[in-house]
This record gives sequence, structure tokens and C-alpha cells, in this order.
Amino acid sequence: MTDEAAQDGAGAEGSAATPAPEELFGAPLTRSGGQLVLHPSREQYPLLLRTLHEAGYLSIIDLTGVDYLTHPGRSGLPASVAPERFEVVVNLINHRERARLRLRLQIPADDARLASAIDLYPGTEAMERETFDMFGIEFDGHPDLTRILMPEDWPGHPLRKDYDPGRIPVQFKGAPANR
Amino acid sequence: MTTTHDTPTNLAQTDEGAQELTSRDVIAGAERLRELGAVLRLSEAEALDAELAQAPDEETMIINMGPQHPSTHGVLRLMLELQGETVLRCKPVIGYLHTGMERTGETLTYLQGPTNVTRMDYAAPLFTELAFSLTVEKLLDIEVPERAVWIRMLMTEMNRISSHLLFMATNGMDLGAVSMMLYGWREREEALRFLQEVTGLRMNHNYIRPGGVAADLPDGWRDGVLRLLDMLPPRLAEYDTLMTNQPIWRERLQGVGVISAEECLALGVTGPILRSTGYAWDLRRDMPYLAFDEVDFDVVVGSYGDCFDRFAIRLAEIRESMKIVRQCLEKMPKGDYRIQDKKVTPPPRARIDESMEALIHHFKIFTEGFKVPEGEAYVSIESPRGELGCYIVSDGSSNPYRMHVRAPSFVNLQTLPHLMHGNLVADAVAIISSVDPILGEVDR
Amino acid sequence: MSRESRPEGGLLDAGLEGLSHNFLTGTLEELVKWARSHSVMPATFGLACCAIEMMAAGGPHYDLSRYGMETFRASPRQADLMIVAGRVSQKMAPVLRQIYDQMMEPKWVISMGVCASSGGMFNNYAIVQGVDQIVPVDVYAPGCPPSPETLMHAILTLHQQIRDGELTRRPGHGAGIVIEQVGAPGSTPVALGRN
Ligand code: SF4
Repeated sequence: MTDEAAQDGAGAEGSAATPAPEELFGAPLTRSGGQLVLHPSREQYPLLLRTLHEAGYLSIIDLTGVDYLTHPGRSGLPASVAPERFEVVVNLINHRERARLRLRLQIPADDARLASAIDLYPGTEAMERETFDMFGIEFDGHPDLTRILMPEDWPGHPLRKDYDPGRIPVQFKGAPANR
Repeated sequence: MTTTHDTPTNLAQTDEGAQELTSRDVIAGAERLRELGAVLRLSEAEALDAELAQAPDEETMIINMGPQHPSTHGVLRLMLELQGETVLRCKPVIGYLHTGMERTGETLTYLQGPTNVTRMDYAAPLFTELAFSLTVEKLLDIEVPERAVWIRMLMTEMNRISSHLLFMATNGMDLGAVSMMLYGWREREEALRFLQEVTGLRMNHNYIRPGGVAADLPDGWRDGVLRLLDMLPPRLAEYDTLMTNQPIWRERLQGVGVISAEECLALGVTGPILRSTGYAWDLRRDMPYLAFDEVDFDVVVGSYGDCFDRFAIRLAEIRESMKIVRQCLEKMPKGDYRIQDKKVTPPPRARIDESMEALIHHFKIFTEGFKVPEGEAYVSIESPRGELGCYIVSDGSSNPYRMHVRAPSFVNLQTLPHLMHGNLVADAVAIISSVDPILGEVDR
Repeated sequence: MSRESRPEGGLLDAGLEGLSHNFLTGTLEELVKWARSHSVMPATFGLACCAIEMMAAGGPHYDLSRYGMETFRASPRQADLMIVAGRVSQKMAPVLRQIYDQMMEPKWVISMGVCASSGGMFNNYAIVQGVDQIVPVDVYAPGCPPSPETLMHAILTLHQQIRDGELTRRPGHGAGIVIEQVGAPGSTPVALGRN
């Protein structure tokens, strides 16, 4: 556990120095604190999910996004993967082998979309909607991609780094008293 | 509180537009499939011919339940499409308690973080603190002392007891067993009394922090635990008499809201709902954290996956937690309650009076916080509601770059359309109650 | 006004003479206020963590019913007190106001917890910074969460306010903050959020 964490801290050069990049299920593999992380491309993603599903990863436990706008030079990515502004992070679980796997997908800012995982993993329905709501990443093939946490007419995506987290004046759609 | 097809104009103000249940003539097959709760069972073409399609639009009614409704556990809003008394479709509309905690978490230091996350699952606040602290410790690559580990186990299991007691109370209340509600609260107060003795607060404790816990167990803590352990068994037997063996209670819960293990896995559902289907999956046993591999307890499973199993599992889990608490009592090691690492821990109060250096150190930790090495980590634990995970991305500063909590209730809520489909509207309340969602965690 | 003290024939025959003792006089206003303060019915409006404490206050240990407050009404039409227990999000605000509007006069509001009172620790895009921007608040209960004792104190304070206040006009208007309507003259234009 210790060595891997240290490697993480060493930055992208550290992993570039490794001779043959590790691969698992056809995607570059890294380790972070003892956890396996795959870095598939967007195009690989749907097929990879199918492979994983067949390999026994039956549940997507978590799916979320990260906006790396103010922290672009992050470490932990293999040399073959170019960092983009957004990342979609998917956590899968294999109940039989008691194994976990994390996928980190790079999503460019000018084309923030990804294939939906809903056909294989219907449990991602709410998670993809949340990621859309909070980051504005669109999921192709999602049947009902609407906001889930914010009001429907809300402009902006609150977890983006260029969204002002601070206080906004309270607004209230003037409702006449109806008694 | 009710909207039908022709929404009165004054109700339009609380309208959430596309997030609401759409009428059946505008949705496509795939979505109809999903709302039918049949994603896993039917093909798209089959879904179109399903019984739903046979019900003409005029014969169904969409009713709106919540967000202010006494039995939706807070601010959950459900839109139900009914044909007569049968629920055809159901769609949860959430977000009425969205607090922006993930965003607020980015502006707080790692030491302040537990204050924020503890307010997510307010029935089991110690668990969110634990998940957050474990993740930070993983990023820092530190190990907390033995005693801290066991204190954490003791406290979280106590919290699991109080959370399940809360479930007993609300489940009873939702189904009209009002005396059960009073009993549940009565016992919960006793559990809270112990938590308050240790942490100083009844809820939102901010007790488990990165590096250990906030304070050592107070003198006489064993008496408090023992009192609870002696008090609970007869009370739980009372619950058995009052509920488990009572024909009305069984009638109302057995066979209602059935779900299968495959559906649960596909939906990512965890916790008592998954276990009620007979699938023994408990992170405490299957992917042990803290020292759960050193204690002896059973993973309780059901067999039918219905509301009654979910009730019975939670009742049995109270007993299992008591077992663990008793073992914690015996095995509690001596030592430090938090890591003695200058970087992470503030100096003890006594040293601050003597040494200038300690004072400065104390000041720096509380103003700037400590820095966490760059990286990302996901750690999950078994909360009373299922897998509670925390994903933190650190950019090397003293605030998380991104803090995400995988809330079990948020995912478990997706089972509602499946559980409700084909059930009577009178059972809707029983089903919501048995999923036991905590809305603070759903919306975060 | 006890029954035994009444002479044969009752009030109609004997008039006020019949009531030689055991009756009390007062202005109608005082009596109405007295009655009102003892028959407050709160609406269940639990939002977040504070709601759990509100329910605990109704539980057997704290026993809210000794103040005649235990009848939480599910329908706002039957309630005259709204205990806003928890954080109010931007999505919830219109709903909250609508429920307030549905309540019958006279009506009161207790803002329970720092979140409802001022936004608390969540000064961000999602939370309304103080429910008094939406509805007028009579009593603020501090704490995060306020313990059931604090809530009881707030309720007793409200009872006192009802007894001391005016009958037809409600005392004060919460924090004196007026609801800022979107697009109202003088309101700050908003770059983010609901439009
Ligand atoms: S004041 Fe505290 S306890 Fe109450 S809703 Fe806010 S965070 Fe929760």
C-alpha cells in the first residue's frame, strides 16, 4: 500500500518511466492506494462494460464526475492517457470475487458526453442523472436525462469549478396567496 | 397536494417540469420499460404490450405524494400512476433537500470535513464521518491506533442500533402501529444518551475525525454500554410480541414489495434490501474494515425479499450489533485514541499552556489544516442502509479537490418503481418505509 | 363555571345571580388569546436532521403533549403553526411558501435550527439563507440541531407571544425582512440560479 501511494505522489513522470504499461481488460491499469484503476477511452467504454459484466462485475456501485479545471496536471494517469477537463469515475464491484474496480474516463470539455451504462446496469439511472445535473456531462442513450437534484429551470451546473459556490440571493417565484 | 392531468394553474409554481412523471403518450418504449420497473425482465416490445398499454390514459390517474407528506420520510416526492387502486408506475422526484454538501466540502479543510458530512445521514451520522475519515487516512497513508479503531467500532455499532430503532419507530408509525413508534423512540433515547455521554451531542456528532476520534471514552462508559445491553433484549422481545408475531402486521408486510437478488445487483442496491433477497452481502464481513474481521457476528439474510423480511432483518441486526458491542467492551485495548502524528493531530491541551511551539502548531492545524498528498481514493463501509462510500480527490492542498459521497439511500431509492409496480396504493407507504431512505443522504 | 354551583333552574331563570362564585371575567380578547395559545396545532414540516429532533420531542421521553402540542397535523389546512425543521433548499422554497399560504389564519412560524434561521453552515448555492426570506418567522430556535428542550422553549416563547400579542394583527413580521420578488425594483440581478 505504501509504495503505491508514494508512486501516486511522484506524478505522471513516475508512471511514464514504467517500461510496459500494465493493462487489464484491454485498458491501461494503475493502482491507487491498493485499488485497481482502469483508464479506458470513451470509445472503449461500452464494450468494456460488457466484458466486465461477463467477468462478474455485476454492480456499478457508484458513478460520479470530477471537474479538473483548476487542477489539470494531476498525477495517477498512465502516460498513454491525455488528461481532459472532466472525468467520469465509475466504481464497480464483483461480489463473487470480492473485488473492486474503478474506471476513470476522460471527457473533453467541448464535447462532454459519454455512452450511458443503463442497458447493462440500470442502477446507473439516478447516478448519471446526478452527474448530468452537477457537471453537465450528457449520457447518450439515457432515457430520461433531466435534472435530478436542482430545480428544472436552474441555469448552470453547480459542481463545475467555474460555478460560484457562494451565496446567491434567494429568489422566489412570486406566488400569490391562495387561500 | 394532488395533481391530476389538468394541473390547476396555481399549482404550477411548484412544478418541476420534465423531472415529473410524463404522461404515457409522450414517452418512448425504453422509458416506459424503465418506469414499469421491467428493465430487467421484459424486452422493449414486450413492455409496449404489457398490461399498462391496455389501460387507456383516461382510466388512469396520476397522483402526487409529497414533498410534504407525513409518511414519505421527509421531503421525498412520489408521482404515482394509478389504475383504480393499483400502482402502474411510480417515479420518485428528489432534490428537495439538496444542500450542496459536496460543494461545501471542497471549501472546508480535512479537519472540518466531518462536520459537513455528518449532516448527510442524520439517522446514522457516525457512519458518514467514518467513511470520510477512512478515505482521508487512506490518502495520508496513516494507520490509526488500536484503541481508536475499537472506539470507532463501538460507536458505529451503537449508532447502527439507534438508527435501526428509528426505523422500527417510523415503520410502525407509517403502518399505523403508533404504540410501536413510542417504544422505538423510547429505546432510541437510551442509545442516544450513551452517544451524548461520549460525543457531547445527540446527533451530528463530528466525533470520528481523520486520525482517530475527537475524545477518549469518558469514565464510566462501560456502565452506560452495559445498561443499554441489559435493557434492550427484553424490549426487543416486546417488539417481537407486538409486531413480528402479530397477524395484522404480517398481513400488511408479507409478500408486499418483492424484489429479487438479480434486480438488486443490477440496480446497485446494497444493505438490508439486498440481504432480504437471501444474498448474504455485508461489507463488514466480505470486505472487512476497522477490526470487523476480529469480531464474531452473523450476517442476517431473508428469503422472500419482501417488506417483512426487511423489517425482520433490521430487528435481527440490532441483536447482532449488540453482540459486536459486547465484544468491543471485552476487547477494548488501552492506548491512544488518536494518532500522535504532528502533522495531523493538534497537540494536547496541557502542552499548549507550556510551549509556544505547541500553540503555533495548534493554531496552524485549525486555521490552515493539514496537507494531504495528491491522489484519489474510494473507501466504503457498511452503513445501516447499505454501502456508504466516499471518494476524495486531493490536489495536495488542505481542502479536498472533490469530495463525493456514495449514499446508499440515493441508490436504494431506485428500487421504488420496481417494488411498487402492481401493488396497491395502500401498500405504497409500507414500501417506502421498508426502503428506509434518509433524504438528507439522498439529496446531499 | 362548575356545574355544581349552578342553582336549580339554571342560568336562564336565575340570571347572573345564579353564578355566585367560580366564574371569571375578562375581555374577549384575553380569553381568545388564552384559548389560542393552548390549542396550537403544528403542521408536520420536517425537512432534515432537525425533524428527527422534532419527532423526538414528540416522543415519550420529552412528551410534547403536556403543552397540548402533540397533535401534528398532516394537512396544512388544519394547522396553525409551521415548525420549519431543517434546511430549506431552493427547490423546496416554493413548496414551503405554498404550504404556508394554505394554512389558516391566525398562523405562526417557528424556525428550528440554524439552517432554517440563517442557512447555517451551508452558505452555498443550494440552501435558502434563512427561511424568513420566504415566510415571516415568529420564533427562532438556535442550535444544530436544537435539542428537544430548545424546541420546547421556543414553543413556550411562542405561547407567551400569542398571549401577549395583539389579537387581530400578528406581532411583527418575522425578522422584518420582506420577500424579495424576482424582478422587483431594487433587487439585485442574479447571474446564477432560478430565473
Ligand atoms: S440546523 Fe443542523 S440539525 Fe438542523 S437541519 Fe441544519 S444541519 Fe441539520
